[in-house]
Amino acid sequence: MTRLATPAALAGWRKTLQAAIDPKKPKLTVCGGTGCRANGSVELAEDFAKALHGAPDRSVELKLSGCHGFCQQGPIVLADPEGFFYRGVGLGDRARDVGEILEETFGKNRPVARLLYEDPRTGEKIPRHRDIPFYAKQHRIALRNNGRIDPNSLGDYVAADGYAALALALTLAPDEIIASMKKSGLRGRGGAGFPTGDKWALCRNAADRTMRHVICNGDEGDPGAFMDRSIMEGDPHSVLEGMAIGAYAMSGGICPAEGVIYVRAEYPLAVQNLGAAIRDAEAAGLLGDGILGTTFNFHVKIKEGAGAFVCGEETAMTASIEGRRGTPSPRPPYPAQRGLFGKPSNINNVETWANVPPILTRGAEWYAGIGTATSKGTKVFSLVGKVRNCGLVEVPMGTTLSEVVEGIGGGVPGGKPLKSVQTGGPSGGCIPAAQLGLPVDYEQLAKAGSIMGSGGLVVMDEDTCMVDIARYFLQFTRTESCGKCAPCRLGTRQMLLVLQEITAGKGTPAHLALLEEVASAVKVTSLCGLGSTAPNPVLTTLKCFREEYEEHVNASTCRAFVCSAMVSYFVEADRCIGCGACARACPTGACRGEKKKLHVIDQSICTKCGSCLAACPGVAAAVYRKSGDLTRREPQQKRPAAAKAA
Amino acid sequence: MKKRGGERRKPDERLVAIFARHRGVRSELIPLLQEVQGELGYLSPDSMREVARFLRMPESVIFGVATFYAQFYLTKQGRHKIKVCQGTACHVRGGAAILQAITRKLGIEAGQTAEDGEFSLERVACVGSCALAPVVVTDDKVHGAMTPAKTERLVDSLRKPGSHPK
Repeated sequence: MTRLATPAALAGWRKTLQAAIDPKKPKLTVCGGTGCRANGSVELAEDFAKALHGAPDRSVELKLSGCHGFCQQGPIVLADPEGFFYRGVGLGDRARDVGEILEETFGKNRPVARLLYEDPRTGEKIPRHRDIPFYAKQHRIALRNNGRIDPNSLGDYVAADGYAALALALTLAPDEIIASMKKSGLRGRGGAGFPTGDKWALCRNAADRTMRHVICNGDEGDPGAFMDRSIMEGDPHSVLEGMAIGAYAMSGGICPAEGVIYVRAEYPLAVQNLGAAIRDAEAAGLLGDGILGTTFNFHVKIKEGAGAFVCGEETAMTASIEGRRGTPSPRPPYPAQRGLFGKPSNINNVETWANVPPILTRGAEWYAGIGTATSKGTKVFSLVGKVRNCGLVEVPMGTTLSEVVEGIGGGVPGGKPLKSVQTGGPSGGCIPAAQLGLPVDYEQLAKAGSIMGSGGLVVMDEDTCMVDIARYFLQFTRTESCGKCAPCRLGTRQMLLVLQEITAGKGTPAHLALLEEVASAVKVTSLCGLGSTAPNPVLTTLKCFREEYEEHVNASTCRAFVCSAMVSYFVEADRCIGCGACARACPTGACRGEKKKLHVIDQSICTKCGSCLAACPGVAAAVYRKSGDLTRREPQQKRPAAAKAA
Repeated sequence: MKKRGGERRKPDERLVAIFARHRGVRSELIPLLQEVQGELGYLSPDSMREVARFLRMPESVIFGVATFYAQFYLTKQGRHKIKVCQGTACHVRGGAAILQAITRKLGIEAGQTAEDGEFSLERVACVGSCALAPVVVTDDKVHGAMTPAKTERLVDSLRKPGSHPK
């Protein structure tokens, strides 16, 4: 790679690259995101390469791209020029899938029907990517290149207008860029939603004029969220370009700037792709010294996190980068005044940085035209849990939850009613089904007692116990509490103890009042965001699903059959056909019986794992479960039809 | 070079090689510990002592950092590392049952290493593969849509020498 010495050289290279793209040329794009890799997409791409190598008459371009976002359907293969979308390729007979895709798609110009996506509602096969509701209803800005380009190819990124925003930025005055960011209305995508332009201005105007540290927060810790991972893996240059623009805007004409990307240790592919992107960009003169022939220098280093949720908090993150325990510090001073190594620092989330380049090239007005009055642009959500179409969804702010969950996500599988949508991870709350009409933006979610957070949306159906969910999140925050401040260290522990009592069937009505009291105290007195938001899952479930708590403490009933201390499994005598499936499935030997005779479950050694219920064949449907009044253990009781659900 | 007091064993050559790549400033502490663990498999008391010497910092500080972060192990790990995801998406889709099945199968609790040194079991809070929930990670390979029965088969396949499940 020769260095691009001027912006004109970059533009010239882009022109050459774009001219070389033939939209009619056959092309296969295999998804190389972590989800598809788990299902063997790399091996699949190798098989395609081998098959194509053996058939030199076919000039098919093969690409291993970043995450397409529709991870549940992986491995995903896109076949251009027709835009055929193949799902689950190679899960069965890989050689057959590879052969048929090449033969049918490029030989006969028709799709391989059995590998197409099927609409779960209508059963209709949808051949083309653009017609699939999951994609058609999205508006992708941060994910603009994901699944389209090879993350390890700088040329791919440049051809997709990459680094045009940086070239433009270097011709503008830093204050102009900051004004443009303010005008766009972009707010921090990491959770708190602080206006990005204001944050940049604070850092630029800091009194210390010796150094600016520009940090990318890639410590995506919220369980259930993986958009930052996908962007870092699938489009690493967009993050680097955003950071370089930010660095120029905050340091230009004042002092040098240095960049750090703090990546979670659990994301090895992100580290690898970002590292390669930094090397390529430096070699091309798009990062490093004298960027595009100007006097602006900007070096970026990767710091791998070491597994601590609290390091997503700004002051804890800077402590961790400095090599200390990642505990937060009281603010002020804010990182913009005194951050990393005591110098003014700016920390923005991965998705925020990825939004910066298009805002500059397409204009602040364009960006501000998307979204709601207070929340501009789009937001990427990771839609997971009990929903048909799991994956990454980018929609304009203000889109309703039901549009995301039902319209794009396809609703709950198996026709079960949706109970709740959890937003914002361990810091967020549970929004009940009745409020699904809620337009999603920072203010509306806060009003509902939750937060935007990093954008995890976990869908829950009636098999999810809301008390158990609160216990689950408290277990998480208690483990991750760094221990520096007492309210969080002790409060999360006390809340967890109370919730453990309740889910173990030992709760009393007084526990609910105690929970509320402790939760409110932790919320207002904790040092950092981890503690002050940790009570949110407790408070929102107590508010919206109080009846479930009351059933637990008053009637020892878990309606979702999750709290195993309150659940018992039985075999109904007149339905058991003695097939022995339950006994074979039982891991503890609690389920016993002779062949062709009634089986019984020994309650004293049953661990309530539910294996017997899942194993009992549909023709018999003899195993059932009960929660509540466990003194009546006679299995003869008639079981309601809906109870056989697993 | 100034002579330090007390008898001192020669430091592990592997550590010397790692130290040669660093300048010896504090901000390198976490990368240093990561590299040491990458080489040794865990952080032994001796290795932490050597890191302390290299950075000219008290051993207590090294220990404090090593114990703060979940990534660092202070005990020897098994030949296969099994991580069971207990993130929200996995929890909602039955991750607890997967952990239960694997605990039963291996006879060890999360955070422990089997006596024969074959397996270490760990519960993690999200590996970012939520669309495939529930997820188990064995030696950095992600396995999605797990069931208790599939999990048991996965463990069996790891027991076979030289075989890694597809």
